[in-house]
Order: sequence, then structure tokens, then C-alpha cells
Amino acid sequence: MTRAVRIVFAKELLENLRDRRVILSAFLFGVLLAPVIFGLTTSLASKRVVESQDKPLRLSVSGVEHAPNLVRFLEENGAEIQSVTMTADQAMSAVRGGREDLVLLIDAEYGRKLQAGEPAPLDLVVDTANNQTGASADRARRLLEAYGGQLASLRLLVRGVSPELVRPVDVRTLDVATPAGRSLLILGMMTYFSFMSMLVGGFYLAIDTTAGERERGSLEPLLALPVRRAELIIGKMLATSAFMSISLLLTLAAFGVVLQFIPLEALGMSANFGPPVVLAIFAVMLPFVPLGAGLMTAVASFTRSNREAQSWLSVVMLLPIAPIMFAVVNGTKPTPALMAIPSLSQHLLATSLMRGDAIPPLHVVISAGTTLLLGGMFVLLAIRLYRREAILG
Amino acid sequence: MIRVEGLSKKFGAVQALSRVSFEAHDGRITGLLGHNGAGKSTTLRILSTVLRPNSGNAVVDGHDCATDPLQVRRSLGVLPHASGLYAHLTGRENIRYYGKLHGLQGAQLDRSTDELIERLGLGAVAARRAKGYSQGERLKVALARALVHQPRTIILDEPTNGLDVNAVRMLRELIRQLRASGRCVLFSSHVMQEVAALCDDIVIISHGRVAVRGTPAEILAATGAADLEEAFVRAADAGAPA
Repeated sequence: MTRAVRIVFAKELLENLRDRRVILSAFLFGVLLAPVIFGLTTSLASKRVVESQDKPLRLSVSGVEHAPNLVRFLEENGAEIQSVTMTADQAMSAVRGGREDLVLLIDAEYGRKLQAGEPAPLDLVVDTANNQTGASADRARRLLEAYGGQLASLRLLVRGVSPELVRPVDVRTLDVATPAGRSLLILGMMTYFSFMSMLVGGFYLAIDTTAGERERGSLEPLLALPVRRAELIIGKMLATSAFMSISLLLTLAAFGVVLQFIPLEALGMSANFGPPVVLAIFAVMLPFVPLGAGLMTAVASFTRSNREAQSWLSVVMLLPIAPIMFAVVNGTKPTPALMAIPSLSQHLLATSLMRGDAIPPLHVVISAGTTLLLGGMFVLLAIRLYRREAILG
Repeated sequence: MIRVEGLSKKFGAVQALSRVSFEAHDGRITGLLGHNGAGKSTTLRILSTVLRPNSGNAVVDGHDCATDPLQVRRSLGVLPHASGLYAHLTGRENIRYYGKLHGLQGAQLDRSTDELIERLGLGAVAARRAKGYSQGERLKVALARALVHQPRTIILDEPTNGLDVNAVRMLRELIRQLRASGRCVLFSSHVMQEVAALCDDIVIISHGRVAVRGTPAEILAATGAADLEEAFVRAADAGAPA
């Protein structure tokens, strides 16, 4: 590092540490906002999973005496039946008022119509506007349909007709939202937030290197100093990288703290996020820092003003999410070839570390190597762009 | 000492400068006078080596701008048209930053900074952050920053633009002091009175060409005008392409 690079680096650190806007975005975003959002969404998600799995279906039934077989079927399938006596109007006002979640009304005519082979009336009173009882209503409806299906099959069999005949298609729903899948989504979110706060940490510094200096009118006198432009921009990119690294480390540490308070086990995840794992994730994500700094600086140097640079960089910050989304949706497993894709490789390595899986040293080498190589190309591009005459605007 | 010979510069299809030649000598104030867009800033930017000419030579204190830009930048003190400060640094820190990048350090840097702060009357404000500076204070710090390495040659691009009367007086006084200490001062302006009040030599530039140059008396003689204002108008119009 030349003396000029050190001088520029030190000045950028001092100046930006004094800038409240930079401090807020670099450190507050990562440390407070990301884990808070993350903590809220995941704890809500895990709470819902826990509730829907453990809670029996509670169903209030009016007219139990009219359909003893149906009631027994429901009870055998995990419903908790509470016998009540209500008219249709009473049931509707009870559900609307939230005093009852679901009410099944069995008509006095039910038994007679069933025996006569006519459609036997059952009224399920639900409130579809109420999100919390929606899942219960679905379960109740499915159970009732299953009971009807059983009866229909029996009737056909008695008449010597195969029930298969009236079932021309067999629709099966394969729910892939396993606890493991959900945890993949959450881990993906976590690495994405880490990337975000890393990039946000260097956001204003990258803009300031070109568009900011120009808008402030300090670029031209700076370029007239007896310092090579490469030294100026390297000093600035080093400062950008320093802020990005600090922001990343703080965010990961904050995740470590937040995760102590989230019931991850309920999601089928192990909460392996102690200080050694935090540091290891920091280490595997660190090679992305020069790539992000070079990319943001290069993009910002094309823009004419701070504001334009900000809108462009907001788009750039979405770039690392694409490979991560791809991995989350496809449940991608780490392979040496995938380690050549920046952001995806860091995501896969970080995910493995969180799960406590062993990671092959080769993967780390490929990930760091390719990311640093691409980062070096962006840094060179940023330097080239800084040498153009058009940089003065 | 600045020597410019046959300088030409194109931006895309626009010929910004064509064969501009002039000299600016040590111990004299040279004014580059012209309308907005005449090519003054382009000329000064080539001298400060942030732009490269398409053809021609520019030499500062014996160093060629094209082949030895770092040495040229060491010799020059530059106050560009846009001379913003770093708002989160104090005035003193702004000056010291430039001093350090000029290679000054230790006692030499301290002495040079203190001297300029005193000379420009910045004592009261140098410890404050530049954010709240008045226009005059900003200009003084920008000047101190440009002079911190004690350059022999000083370039000022439209330094009086938008300044109040007191700041303009201060600036004129400083420019005269620089001349008295044997420096070469080249400054640009589109205000004739500004140039007339200060300059020993005048270069009138119009549409990217030097229309006329010399001492005020030489210019009056060359244009046949009764006063400098008339001379400026005639010279500027004469350079207009047909």
C-alpha cells in the first residue's frame, strides 16, 4: 500500500465515521433492522407451524343426536367435538362474533334424507375473513367430504359398481413445505440479509467515490493532485470494503444474538450460531466484499448525480438474491461447480456452516478464488472508469 | 511559468479548442478572458492534467503536461471552478488532506497549514467542520488547500464567480501577494472589469481560439478600441466562426 493510498483510506474512514447518514445505513440497518425483521417473520412462521401441527380440530356441533356415525367418524379423525344446541342464526352470530371458530349444524332431516338416498344437509358455519380459523375450516371441510366419499363408495359397492368408476381422475397434492424446506427458505433469507447489509454498509462510500465527489465539486481539485488515480480509487475502495466488512460482521453477530430467542427447533433447524460459526460465516462471505465494492463503485461511476447513483445501486443490491432464490427454490446442494458462482457459493457455505455440516476445503478454495477473481475484475474496471476524462462529468 | 503551444481539444464532434497558444510568466498575473463556453475551463483543465489535448503542448515550469503529469501537478496549485470541501472534515483537516497528498508531513505540514490559516484569517473557523461555512470561508479554505504545498504556479478558474464584495477584495489582495512573491498566476474570468483590475497580461479567448493577447496597452492598440471593454467585445466577436 502506497503512502497516498493510506492517506486516502484514513481520510475516507474519518469522514464517513462522522457522517450520521453513513453510520445509520452501514451499521443500524444490519444490526437492528435485519435481525428484527428476520426474527419477527421467523418466529411468527414457526409459531404458526407449531400451532397448526399440535392443535386438534375443535368443532362445535349442533344436532349431534341426528348423526351419530358422522360424529364418530370425525372424532376418530382427530376432531374434538363439542356438542351445542344452536339455531342457524345463533351459530352465524357466534362465529361472526368470534365466540366460536367453527359450527357444524346437523339438520333434523339429516337421517331421513340420508336413508332416502337424497343429499343430506350439513351446514358448516365459517368466517373466511378470519385468517386464524381458515386452516381449521379447511380441515373440517376435508373431513366432511371424506365422510361423504366413504358413504358414496359404500352405496356404489352395494349396487355392484366399482367406486373407481366415478373417480375418473385422482388428484394428489404433494406438499413440499417440509420443515427442512422451510428452514432452507429461512437460511436463504438470512444469507440474503447478510449480503444486503454488507452492500448497504458500502453504499454511500461507493457513491461518494465518483458521483458524490463530483456533485460536491471536490473531484476536480482531487484529480489535480500529484497522486495516481489508481491510488485514489484504491484508497476509496479499501475504505468502502472496510465499512462493508464491519457491517457484515455486526449483522452476523446480531443474528447470533437474535437466534437465541427463536424456537428454531420447531422448524426442524438446529440453532448452530455460536461465535465460532459466526466467525466462520464471516470468513467465507468476506471474499464477496471486494466484488461488491468494485461493482458498486464501477456502476456509480457511470452515473451523473448522487440520486441517480442511489437508484442504480438499489438495483445492484438485488443482484446477489437471484442465485440464492434459485438455490432455495430448487433445494440446491453444494457441488464444486456451484462454488464458482459468487453469492450462491457463499450462501451454500454459510448454510452448511449453520447446519453444522462439514464443508470440503476445496469448496472454500473455489468459492473464494472465483469470487476474488471476479471482484478483481470489477476493481480493475472501476479503476479504468476512473481514468476516463468523462469522469469529470 | 506556463507555455501553451497549438493546443487543440475535441469533445465528440465539438471543437472546444483550436491551436491555442499563450504564455504566462512568473511574477505576473495573466488573465484568460472569454465568454462562457469559449474554452477557458478546457484550457485550464489541460494545464492541470485532468484532460489531455488532442494536439499541441502545454508546459508548466518546464514539465510537459502530456508526458510528465505528476511533476506538473506537483508544481501547480489549482483552484477549479467547482472547488467543494469535505463537509464532515474541519477546515484544517481539509487543508492537511491536500498537504499530505502533496507529500508534506510532520513539522513541514504543520507549519505550512498554520501559516496559511493565519494569512487567510481562518483562525476562528479552521477547527469547525466545513458543513456550516459561509461562502467566503469556503473559498478561503479551498485557496489554502490549493496553496498548501507552496506551488510556483497557480491556476484559478473563475474564482470570483458568485462571491460577495468582501470575498472578491480578499481574493484580489491574495493574488497580488502571490505575484509579489514571484509566483505565476493564471486566472480565468468572463468579467472584463475583473481582469482589467488585476492583470498584467490578458489572453482573450473566443470560440476555442485566442483572439488577441498582450498587455492591456497592446490589446488596445491591436483592436483599435478606446477602452478594454470595447476591445473585449470586438475581439470576442472577431473570433466567431462565419
